[in-house]
Amino acid sequence: MAEFVFKLPDVGEGTAEAEIVAWHVAVGDRIEEDQPLVDVMTDKATVEMTTPVSGMVVSVHGEPGDMAAVGSALAVIAVEGAETADGVKAEKAAPQRPESTPVSTPPAPPPAAKPQASPAPVAAARPPAVARIAGAKPLASPAVRRRAHELGVALQFVPGTGPAGRIGPEDLDAFVASGTAHGQSQGQPRLARREGVEEIKVIGLRRKIAEKMQDAKRRIPHFAYVEEVDATELEALRAHLNATKREDQPKLTLLPFLIVALVRALPRFPQINARFDDDAGVVHRHAAVHAGIATQTPGGLIVPVVRHAEARDVWDLASEIARLAAATREGKAGADELKGSTITVTSLGPLGGVATTPVINHPEVAIIGPNKIIDRPVVRGGQIVVRKMMNLSSSFDHRVVDGYDAAAFIQVVKALLEHPATLFMDGA
Amino acid sequence: MSEAIKAKVLVVGGGPGGYVAAIRAGQLGLDTVLVEAGRLGGTCLIRGCIPSKALIDVAAEFDAMSKAVGGAHRGLSLGGTPTLDLAQTLRWKNGVVDKLNGGVTGLLKRAKVKVVAGWATFQDAKTCQVRTAGEPVTITAEHVILANGSLPVALPFLPFGGDVISSSEALDLDRLPHSLVVVGAGYIGLELGSAFRKLGSQVTVVEALDRILTLFDAELAAPVARWLEKAGVAAHLGARAKGLDTKKGRHALVVEGKDGEELRLAADKILVTVGRKPNTEGWGLEAMAVDLTGPFVKVDDRCATSMRDVWAIGDLVGEPMLEHKAAAQGEMVAEIIAGERRRFDPAAIAAVCFTQPEIVSAGLSPDEAKAAGMDPLVGLFPFSANGRARAMDVADDGGFTRVVARRDDHRILGLQAVGDHVSELSAEFALALEMGARLEDLAGTIHVHPTLSETVHEAALRALGHAIHI
Repeated sequence: MAEFVFKLPDVGEGTAEAEIVAWHVAVGDRIEEDQPLVDVMTDKATVEMTTPVSGMVVSVHGEPGDMAAVGSALAVIAVEGAETADGVKAEKAAPQRPESTPVSTPPAPPPAAKPQASPAPVAAARPPAVARIAGAKPLASPAVRRRAHELGVALQFVPGTGPAGRIGPEDLDAFVASGTAHGQSQGQPRLARREGVEEIKVIGLRRKIAEKMQDAKRRIPHFAYVEEVDATELEALRAHLNATKREDQPKLTLLPFLIVALVRALPRFPQINARFDDDAGVVHRHAAVHAGIATQTPGGLIVPVVRHAEARDVWDLASEIARLAAATREGKAGADELKGSTITVTSLGPLGGVATTPVINHPEVAIIGPNKIIDRPVVRGGQIVVRKMMNLSSSFDHRVVDGYDAAAFIQVVKALLEHPATLFMDGA
Repeated sequence: MSEAIKAKVLVVGGGPGGYVAAIRAGQLGLDTVLVEAGRLGGTCLIRGCIPSKALIDVAAEFDAMSKAVGGAHRGLSLGGTPTLDLAQTLRWKNGVVDKLNGGVTGLLKRAKVKVVAGWATFQDAKTCQVRTAGEPVTITAEHVILANGSLPVALPFLPFGGDVISSSEALDLDRLPHSLVVVGAGYIGLELGSAFRKLGSQVTVVEALDRILTLFDAELAAPVARWLEKAGVAAHLGARAKGLDTKKGRHALVVEGKDGEELRLAADKILVTVGRKPNTEGWGLEAMAVDLTGPFVKVDDRCATSMRDVWAIGDLVGEPMLEHKAAAQGEMVAEIIAGERRRFDPAAIAAVCFTQPEIVSAGLSPDEAKAAGMDPLVGLFPFSANGRARAMDVADDGGFTRVVARRDDHRILGLQAVGDHVSELSAEFALALEMGARLEDLAGTIHVHPTLSETVHEAALRALGHAIHI
């Protein structure tokens, strides 16, 4: 038998190390070529590593959450030679096999002998439950039904491993042993104390987020500024555009309009469309507006970037935001799409609330968050009228943005949004 | 001064529900009393299933012998015509009944059940007075199991009495009626009507609905209708019996035909089999504070009534009115009283009809499956392609076995058959349904050759699209 050492390959983007997110195998497992081995994460992209060989896992190095350097050994796999009846051949063949294969050139697949022929099956796991058709009665023999009734178990909650999801005696035993039966049949008293603490390792994306947030808060003296915006006309325009748009055009949300407003306002406030390299003590003021769009994904917060927002119209912006959000939620956003923003927009949509104090996406210096639009009574010309009002919450890096400038900037944005025609007028 | 008995369990009714409950209670060590006014065994043993099957079997044998007259039947011939001595047949039949009645008596005794012969009338839910041949007996019990059974339904314009008979009297006729009119083409009427036809009576059937055997679907009932026609049994469907016109001792049943025309059907005997009703009157049920649902005693899935520790089983609690259901409930209730946790949740209760040919059905028919919102997979295998059916000369009466399954996961929803001897297939049908079998399970079970059960295998294969013998 030969041992194959699986080393962490360079997973792109010129990274020197990656974080181990999850192991798909354990020591002693039999694995097949191309079977998932381990998930590693670099700069918000998680990559599933598959094994280039079949064999038995001899050892794994690193726990989830550990950082592994590119080129370091992640796993050792005993590759099975041609195990004929005596197995001697395999022994002889071993030395000729590459002892430690570079990852870039995976070895030829192991010869003939199929892994099924090898001994030592992995610990006998229970077969997976077979999905029952929704609404169909659980299938079980009279003896199983009777025992379930005696135990107070409702069979529709018991996973069946037989054909068509039939529940056998062993399925019922497993269900009872799992303790699930107790919880559901007896229920919890309403005011019972709850005990126990669940320990969650902060790893992977969550650790990235934690580090980034901590870094931003430690480095940046934030200040928040909240202003209200009368969005009545903007909403009327938006509704009209959505009602009359072509089939192939995307549905417009508020975000594209807000970004257009930022694009219009930012040239007058170059210190706000900037990245502050505080280690070097340099502010990079950007001509282009690369707008970060804070996006909630199943794993946590990620900020994909709409590049060159200044060169896009509202339709283009809406399409791009939708595409990026979908790609990010599905984990398919490329590394290029996740970095380089010069200012970030964070919107909670219908959960927008009254005001927020967003955390700046370091090394940027500003972040803008629209709050919820609601009908509110306001005074216009001495009359109380109902208008669609929205608050705009923002945070700025006080080291490089003065409060006066920030307030002036937001007032310009407010004016643009309240008079939506000016969003589309040159010289406005 | 009346005798007083205190017991843990009182069972009222010695039919197959009651006596099974009593035996099981006795086995479980419960102090049990059973009250029965008639003979132990109830409708089933004394005046229903068993005696009717005895008569049906005799009729089938007589029919086979009749076919052999003149040497026309598979090389068999009889020199003369066979003769029937109905009195002797009845004696033999009564012997069968006596044997089973004696068996039940012995089983109850062995289970240490005290049997009180007499009519029980309840004063309250836990106390009844029994009118016996001697002193009245008052019985008080912790638990009462009501197993009072059912009675034939009478037609108001055709009350039982004289030559208007129910199934009970039909099994004890001392003379074969020359002509018999059966009112109600359900399974009881057609079983007995067919038997009398085979024995030589002229039989006419009157049915208010537009087809016979409405308990079963039309496809299953069709071979029976065909036999009736071939045997010369006129069936008036969609027709209503109006009353009896008797002149000089000769009866004519007045019937309103399908198109409103009046028919007069001459008859020696009129057999009324329009259904059975639960026996809820005349024994003090109203004193027990037990709720009813429709005509039946209301019970939950443990056969518990609305009164604590009063239980009811069998025909008294609803359809299907079948012996095997009553017995299963009786057994269960005894075990519940003994402290076991049980409930009545059969996957299927098979039903059999001993007509010519026989019908058996368990679970859902294709139409019932569709009505339940499913798109069923149906496999049907005809007896004409079965070797054993051929060898027994029963292959050509339109018999078949049919399996109904879910199309998506192939679980079997129902199994039915029509054909001679198919009643014995009921066991496989019920077992397949109870065990949650799929088509592949039936298809994967090697069925003995040559038997009728091969049709079950083939029906499953056919549903799967690869029957061998068709």
